Amino acid sequence: MKSFSFEQPATVQAAAASLATHADAKFIAGGTNLLDLMKLEIEAPTHLIDINRLGLDQIETTDDGGVRIGAMVRNSDLAAHSRIRIDYAVLSRALLSGASGQLRNKATTGGNLLQRTRCYYFYDTARPCNKRVAGSGCSAVAGFNRMHAILGASDQCIAVHPSDMAVAMRLLDAEVETINGSGVRRVIPIAEFHRLPATTPHLETNLRRDEMITGVKLPAPLPGRQTYRKVRDRASYAFALISVAAVIDASGERAQSARIALGGVAHKPWRVESAELGLSGATINVKSIDAVTDQLLAGARAYSDNDFKLALVRRTVHAAVAEILKNSPQWK
Amino acid sequence: MNDAAPHDALDDNRQGLIGTPVDRVDGRLKVMGQATYAHEVQEGGPTAYGFIVEATIAKGTVSQIDVTDAERCEGVYLVMTHHNAPKQAPWGPLLAKDRFARSAPQLANNRVDHYGQAVAFVVAGSFEQARSAARLIKIRYAESAGRFELAPNLDRAVIPAGRPGREADSRVGNFEPAFASSTLQIDARFTTPVQMHAQMEPHATLAYWKDGQVIVHCSSQLLMSAKNAVANTLRIAPERVRVVSRFIGGGFGGKLPIYGDVILSAMAARILKCPVKTALTRQQMFHFTTHRSDTIQRVRLGANADGRLNAIAHETWSHSASFDNFYESAGMQTRTLYAAAHRLTTHRSVSLDLPVSDSTRAPGEAVGMLALEQAMDELAEQVGIDPIELRVRNEPLQDPERNIPFSSRQLIACMQDGATRFGWSRRNAKHSAVKEGNLWVGMGMAAATRGNLLQPSKCAVQFDDQGVLTVRMAMTDIGTGSYTIFTQVAAEMMGVPMAQVRMEMGDTDFPPTPGSGGSFGAASAGSGLFDACTQLRTKFARKFGVNAKDVTFAGGRISGAGRSETLASLAGSRGLDAVGEIKPGAMVKKFSQQSYGAHFAEVTVDGDTGEIRLRRMIGVFAAGRILNLKTATSQAVGAMIWGVGAALHEHAVIDPRYGYFVNHDLAEYHVPTHADIPAIEAYFLPEFDDKTNPLKIKGVGELGICGAGAAIANAVYNACGVRTRDFPLTLDKVIAGLKLQNTLSTAGVPPHFKS
Ligand SMILES: Cc1cc2nc3c(=O)[nH]c(=O)nc-3n(C[C@H](O)[C@H](O)[C@H](O)COP(=O)(O)OP(=O)(O)OC[C@H]3O[C@@H](n4cnc5c(N)ncnc54)[C@H](O)[C@@H]3O)c2cc1C
Ligand code: SF4
Repeated sequence: MKSFSFEQPATVQAAAASLATHADAKFIAGGTNLLDLMKLEIEAPTHLIDINRLGLDQIETTDDGGVRIGAMVRNSDLAAHSRIRIDYAVLSRALLSGASGQLRNKATTGGNLLQRTRCYYFYDTARPCNKRVAGSGCSAVAGFNRMHAILGASDQCIAVHPSDMAVAMRLLDAEVETINGSGVRRVIPIAEFHRLPATTPHLETNLRRDEMITGVKLPAPLPGRQTYRKVRDRASYAFALISVAAVIDASGERAQSARIALGGVAHKPWRVESAELGLSGATINVKSIDAVTDQLLAGARAYSDNDFKLALVRRTVHAAVAEILKNSPQWK
Repeated sequence: MNDAAPHDALDDNRQGLIGTPVDRVDGRLKVMGQATYAHEVQEGGPTAYGFIVEATIAKGTVSQIDVTDAERCEGVYLVMTHHNAPKQAPWGPLLAKDRFARSAPQLANNRVDHYGQAVAFVVAGSFEQARSAARLIKIRYAESAGRFELAPNLDRAVIPAGRPGREADSRVGNFEPAFASSTLQIDARFTTPVQMHAQMEPHATLAYWKDGQVIVHCSSQLLMSAKNAVANTLRIAPERVRVVSRFIGGGFGGKLPIYGDVILSAMAARILKCPVKTALTRQQMFHFTTHRSDTIQRVRLGANADGRLNAIAHETWSHSASFDNFYESAGMQTRTLYAAAHRLTTHRSVSLDLPVSDSTRAPGEAVGMLALEQAMDELAEQVGIDPIELRVRNEPLQDPERNIPFSSRQLIACMQDGATRFGWSRRNAKHSAVKEGNLWVGMGMAAATRGNLLQPSKCAVQFDDQGVLTVRMAMTDIGTGSYTIFTQVAAEMMGVPMAQVRMEMGDTDFPPTPGSGGSFGAASAGSGLFDACTQLRTKFARKFGVNAKDVTFAGGRISGAGRSETLASLAGSRGLDAVGEIKPGAMVKKFSQQSYGAHFAEVTVDGDTGEIRLRRMIGVFAAGRILNLKTATSQAVGAMIWGVGAALHEHAVIDPRYGYFVNHDLAEYHVPTHADIPAIEAYFLPEFDDKTNPLKIKGVGELGICGAGAAIANAVYNACGVRTRDFPLTLDKVIAGLKLQNTLSTAGVPPHFKS
């Protein structure tokens, strides 16, 4: 770890301004990702801005019936909030499937969106990694890539975004709210928040260098039933090999609407809106689900150790939909 | 130990201390944070902190190393590289009586023999200063090609040097023709991956010099070996080394050798004339310390139609560091477990440029049983009989290769007891027969066995006029409960309450013991203690004036011939003391000594995702006299949990491009979490083995892992019909074997869904 200066600003505006004026500054929220990276000198900020005293820890109802989640709301608190559990169950479930109780008590909404990949080689400064050192090469493409992407990757980087929370937020069409050093506020739809690696894998989001996340807005609740199915190598405390977030509004055999998002398959939560259209008004059965999955997986490419993810996505989408149908009132 | 142990005071168990589940005597200290582990010791004056810089290549040389920037950093006292490291003895020797007392030099030259080897050592005023300075050292390597994988290098395998009674190969009868002519044949190849010890307490050292002696606080299972290893490496007399290890947060074999934290701290402390403290980071432990070798195993079973074995073969391959001679003794248990007239076991070692492989909890059986016991399950299915019945039909009357009797053997009794407790009769013999919702449910069982050992050991006891019995020995408690069981034995032997026993261990100033390893700790050090107490009893009896066999010790008093006196007054102001000793003798040659058990597991396999989860597990063991039911049960359960990890999770992945373990942290090297471990129960059958040692006990620390993972693998097969012979059993291997259409979840979904 390198030496750094440390600051605890009192207001959101002061925090954002400080970020803008210090060249190598970073916010520290829960610190559950940043501190690990600093110890390994993968991140080496010279100035740390503690944002734990700024409030931003409320969950409020918005005028359109949605909710606004403060950037500093802890993952545990968010998962346990009654509004979230009732109206956004997929988010609550996704959060509870992540990390461990201790980590969720520290981890924040903003920090979770910005957590970095768990690619083994990214974490090892002795190995080439384009994400860590631009142009140094990617160790994973021809290396051990069990956890890596099957969608949207490039030959420069095949890392996945590890967040469970972000997958649920993508399903819900959340919006990320920011403020910059000059006090200018911006709203970024979650679909545009995370980036694909392309030739710039070191750029993971479209957050600007001088911007701070103040909160995340969820639109009014969706009709239908929601679920989050995370598939992993052990029962807890493991990142998703793949995950499926789904919401289906079905009456009778037909769906009014359906959404499906995937985690653990790409550099960002994966969702193909055009594919979902095929389900609205359609009978939900193995055939229609398979057709959506085909479109979700269009262009998928597996590497030496992760080709099982192709079959796993199909199986898990199937399982998630079956679970929703099983629990839908009209079938009880 | 040349004869069977006679009836003794522990058999009388007047105070009832032997066997009872008493709490750990050090439990309170541990939960209060008052048990000081090596890294927490503050001693010898203001302390400097070391940080080890590891090689980032697996093979080659350091061609250039620039420490200028590091030396200039604030707080840095010393940067040590092969240019300025003190001269040490060369590594080895290769063949040594005590492999853990071998010289283990650090920074001796510019050669890199494995990834993660020390190439520099920074000492500074704080850990943080040392670590950040370490990052500024610039190193250039001349890298050479290495070999890192077992399978492509089998043609380079050599026959390792065995020991008398444990030769690398064994042959009885004529295996090949016997196998070829057997009605039923199993011929299966298994692989097990590299596993890590991942002890809770990372290796750490505080070293300082005083009056020409180096005092080393470190985390060591074998103090005497550590002491001699330091002396051998630094070329000083053993008397000039004192090693202290009072509390140890897990060993599992990974603290049998000493590592660079010890040697580098000792050398730097001598140069800087101050204590130097060095701890490994979690990530460093993966390459800097030893691991369990991966193995390739071929098991062949030839049986007649009713399942009686005629031919049994177990051939095994494992790896050794390029400069070492280790091999995983994965075929050993197959020499004693089942009867068969024609037998073959082999061990081959492949030299690789990986970090050092060495003993890991139940070396041999832990992985060997994964293969053998799956093969037995396959055979039971072929024969069409219950797996327990198959074992009953192949139960040997005596050791099938050495032709000597077993000291005690309750393998079948463990299986039958376990079957009842578990509800084995409810198992459906056909695989893929039980489904709950979208979960396949299966049950599996496997045998457990582990060789029993006894090593020479000494112990000093002293009784004072306050009625306190002080016990001293250079023994360790690696978290197993040694402090507690020895306190029980000493208190029971001398007829005093446990609170009157002062158990002092973990210091080479005390009489030598073999330490903790190979499950021999309790038997060896405990027998030394037993002998010391026996002698002390004789001394008391003599002073009391009554023949030793006519007195009793209870309530802090000696009684006999109608008289009674307190031990405290009899000991007087000068106290009474004795030194005891145990030496292994003829019994190991006269009797085949193993502990036994049986594992039963129930698992679910998700029909959609292939995720395997353990539901419940029961182990029943027979391991001689149980000294403390609580600590023994903890050992058994802990070992079974590792068996779960071995079956389902643990896998240090080798990247052959770099010669290292890719997933070298605990986020990605998976061990079971609480959620993976539901109800696990362990039981012990009553057993007194008077052939093993004076305490009539057997080792319990490793038995629980042996066979545990095989029971799980067999349960997975029973659940869903997928037989995976490559560990760990991860979901990708399961779904590859599941047919899509007939496994996906359909239970409870509306009918139109399936159309
Ligand atoms: C062992 C382990 C297992 C885990 N398992 C899972 C899992 O299964 N699923 C999962 O989803 N996650 C998992 N996590 C990740 C965990 O969810 C993240 O570490 C956590 O959410 C990060 O939040 P934080 O508040 O601690 O972020 P920090 O570490 O404090 O910050 C992370 C980054 O975000 C920036 N930042 C933080 N807040 C803001 C803000 N308001 N505006 C702008 N920038 C900001 C920081 O500067 C930093 O760069 C795991 C973590 C660990 C260590
Ligand atoms: S996949 Fe991305 S993060 Fe991983 S090594 Fe390649 S470039 Fe780095």
